[in-house]
Amino acid sequence: MEVTEAVAVDHGLKKEEFSKICELLKRTPNLTELAIFSAMWNEHCSYKSSKKHLKKMHTKGKQVIQGPGENAGVIDIGDDDAIVFKIESHNHPSFIEPYQGAATGVGGIMRDVFTMGARPIANLNSIHFGSPQHKKTRNLLRGVVKGIGGYGNCIGVPTIAGQTTFDESYNGNILVNAMTLGLVNKNKIFYSKAAGLDKPVIYVGSKTGRDGIHGASMASATFDDKIEEKKPTVQVGDPFTEKLLLEACLELMADNSIIAIQDMGAAGLTSSSVEMASKGNLGIELNLSEVPCREEKMTPYEIMLSESQERMLIVLEKGKEEHAKKIFDKWNLDFAVIGKTTNSKKIELIFDNKKVAEIPIDLLAENAPIYDRPWKKTKLPQKLKFDKDEFKSLKLSDCLKKILSNSNISDKKWIWDQYDHTVMGDTIQKPGGDAGVVRVHGTNKAVAASVDSSALYCFSHPLTGGKQIVCESYRNLISVGAKPIAITNCLNFGNPEKEKNMGEFVECVEGITEASKYLDFPVVSGNVSFYNETKDKGIKPTPTIGGVGLISDYQQMLTMDFKTEGNLVYVIGKTDGYLDQSIFARELLNEKKGPPPTVNLFNEKNIGETVLDLARKNLIVSCHDVSLGGILIAVSKMCIKGKKGIKINTLKGLTNKYEYFFGEDQARYIVEIPKASLKKVNDILNKYSVHFDELGTVNGQSIEYKDDINLPIEELADAHKYWLKKYMDS
Amino acid sequence: MRSSVIIFPGSNCDRDMDVALKKFGFKNQMVWHNDQSIPKSDLIVLPGGFSYGDYLRCGSIASKSKIIKSVIDFANSGGLVLGICNGFQILTETGLLTGILQQNKFLNFICSNVYVKVKDKQNKYFKDLKKDVLELHIAHNEGNYFCNDDELKSLEDNNQIAVTYCGEDGTENETTNPNGAIKNIAGILNKNKNVLGMMPHPERMIDKYLSGEDGSLFFKNILDNFK
Repeated sequence: MEVTEAVAVDHGLKKEEFSKICELLKRTPNLTELAIFSAMWNEHCSYKSSKKHLKKMHTKGKQVIQGPGENAGVIDIGDDDAIVFKIESHNHPSFIEPYQGAATGVGGIMRDVFTMGARPIANLNSIHFGSPQHKKTRNLLRGVVKGIGGYGNCIGVPTIAGQTTFDESYNGNILVNAMTLGLVNKNKIFYSKAAGLDKPVIYVGSKTGRDGIHGASMASATFDDKIEEKKPTVQVGDPFTEKLLLEACLELMADNSIIAIQDMGAAGLTSSSVEMASKGNLGIELNLSEVPCREEKMTPYEIMLSESQERMLIVLEKGKEEHAKKIFDKWNLDFAVIGKTTNSKKIELIFDNKKVAEIPIDLLAENAPIYDRPWKKTKLPQKLKFDKDEFKSLKLSDCLKKILSNSNISDKKWIWDQYDHTVMGDTIQKPGGDAGVVRVHGTNKAVAASVDSSALYCFSHPLTGGKQIVCESYRNLISVGAKPIAITNCLNFGNPEKEKNMGEFVECVEGITEASKYLDFPVVSGNVSFYNETKDKGIKPTPTIGGVGLISDYQQMLTMDFKTEGNLVYVIGKTDGYLDQSIFARELLNEKKGPPPTVNLFNEKNIGETVLDLARKNLIVSCHDVSLGGILIAVSKMCIKGKKGIKINTLKGLTNKYEYFFGEDQARYIVEIPKASLKKVNDILNKYSVHFDELGTVNGQSIEYKDDINLPIEELADAHKYWLKKYMDS
Repeated sequence: MRSSVIIFPGSNCDRDMDVALKKFGFKNQMVWHNDQSIPKSDLIVLPGGFSYGDYLRCGSIASKSKIIKSVIDFANSGGLVLGICNGFQILTETGLLTGILQQNKFLNFICSNVYVKVKDKQNKYFKDLKKDVLELHIAHNEGNYFCNDDELKSLEDNNQIAVTYCGEDGTENETTNPNGAIKNIAGILNKNKNVLGMMPHPERMIDKYLSGEDGSLFFKNILDNFK
């Protein structure tokens, strides 16, 4: 086929990008070369719209061993132990084919982690669907959950936490973000930077097929009516092979045979080989006739673009080929020497003894286009003036039940029951808490992880929203007694070529950066997913934050369930009763305007550290942060989990009970305090000058407030627990 | 007591089982599926996971693996063979245990704590166990035990039903049956009662920070009965 501008456009390149390619190469590329450019220059691989802004992120700290730019980030957790982690999106494929899309999302992120030499120890996911009333939602949800479970359960890595939301903006673009944590000795981390000339380049894992060709380009475009035709661009996962690949790689990593290793993810062999060579400032020569193929007559074009799963590219020390082959033979995996490193600084492809492509590496990597896209600031919306007389017609207990059964608040047990969350025998906090917690095998340490996003807040005011999710992640880790260490982020946005969407991205990143800097909670890895748009309708901006924290003695872990009758319950942090953008305003007043709650970073840090101090001194026995829904929702969850009631004290003075109970003010926690610890707790709260309210006492089997609320816990539990199951069964 | 845990490609509870056995004092060794023979053992364990990807049918390829002949010989000579989850599926595929494990009734994978009632204590696994109801943990997609009427009658007549799903108080009914298994069966024995297959994972319930501690009772009991 002759390569023309039209062919380039079909490959997702812009006309001006094609002219730039011809100019840089000083000739017209052949089809295989064009394919390589299109794979490397698309949004998904090149970060061309986001790079400028991502550079500003806060990525450093003494806890950081490896920041963004590698397969995953790495943080120090003491005693030579390090945690490797990252979150990644698989949004586009999951909408087209939910099972395989979600499954390969999980597979891909686990490979990113074990590529660095770490054994995966926990999976998390953040999944977002359209309105429950939308005709596709139920099947998409079912397929995605089955896909995540099907892959993770088979590998034998526990899925310890997650987040699921519903919003009509995802009707045409669901989001599937998968996160993995792995454990590695900090002196035995593997990187993707090739080094040394004439070193053998090894292909291991599954054979290459025709699946997933153009996957990365598909993920860099918006959807239209013809998305069904894109099904063949979705990869098919085989978790069994991945399990073998995991064990084989870790076995080979036990000695010093590997110079560099990179998984074949988006844009397969193309991006893995170019990235390794680019990082090592080397050239690479590949003989494509040696690539193990599962289908006949595959062309160089197809081999280079295939996104077949469960494959790795390794630069090996010379002379170690036999040793490495033995290991991959043992695990029944393909092993082939397919090339070598060179000093040409080019990627050169040979097929049937002929050179079929030759491109200088820097044209693909450093010279890839970078855009400074125009963007528009979002103005802070006017704060609403609620008519408090209107509230009076609402019964508190009805409001509580309604919010507890809201699709975004209700219990997600139906989902996590389908994920193996206990395999590996170290899960000490299961899904459904503020964060999942796994022990660091064989030690007293435990690692906590949580995934969070707040699309409603980010939509209303991206800058505040960006700050808020980082704080929410911080709070969730502190609520289980963990010291927050670092985050990974998955930035899901609409079309960057639209000023509004680009502005949402820029300002969310700004918010994330500001909060992570202030809280010493750096970003160590992440990914950007743009073009989450169907027929011109984009998603609400949904940056997802995956936070990781450390509990140095796992016996000090906290859970949210109320423990003992007679214990006192405090709200730590001040409640002004911020109703704008709250669930209460949306669900009961049908009011969707107004700014999101203000984020005060000083308070977040000060209050967070105070609560952590209380936890370390064993002065509190349960803890839960107050987020979506407000105090009454938070306290109800603590009652339901602990199967214990609470008697709530009469509110002081002129406080409006609706604002107090349902306001979504930030930087608040609810804690349970044994009477014997009370004086010490008060002293510490006063020392840090932290505001607190005495909310009530753990008592009986009902939640009680004056004459307004008297609800048995069982009734609350019914409202909370069964919405999703009923929805899926209906 | 010496034990051996067989690792098939795709096994994923092998390490957990190793940790549990060693915790209670077993001298455990790991054995690779391609090995010809098993080191001298008093107990062989087939762990949970997805042996050979569970392709074709759960456990079926593992039941034809190189090592399995040694396992069958060991069982036939009266040695203790324990299959947990995928191990149970493998044992039914080898014919050492009767019946089959179908997909769960509601077609979903289930990961959850369950209660099981110990139905037979005349065997080396449960003899003299202090409790009648244990809290264990399941994590499977194909745990729905089924056999024909004759086989069921034979299981009942010979007291080969080892454990059944029940409530905390021991009630057995449809609501306490997580996967649709016939007669709430969670685990069965062979006729000689030296081979036990069960879906619940005792190795995930061995300290109070995990889902519970009743798994400890199970392992300690095997050791006590061996003395």
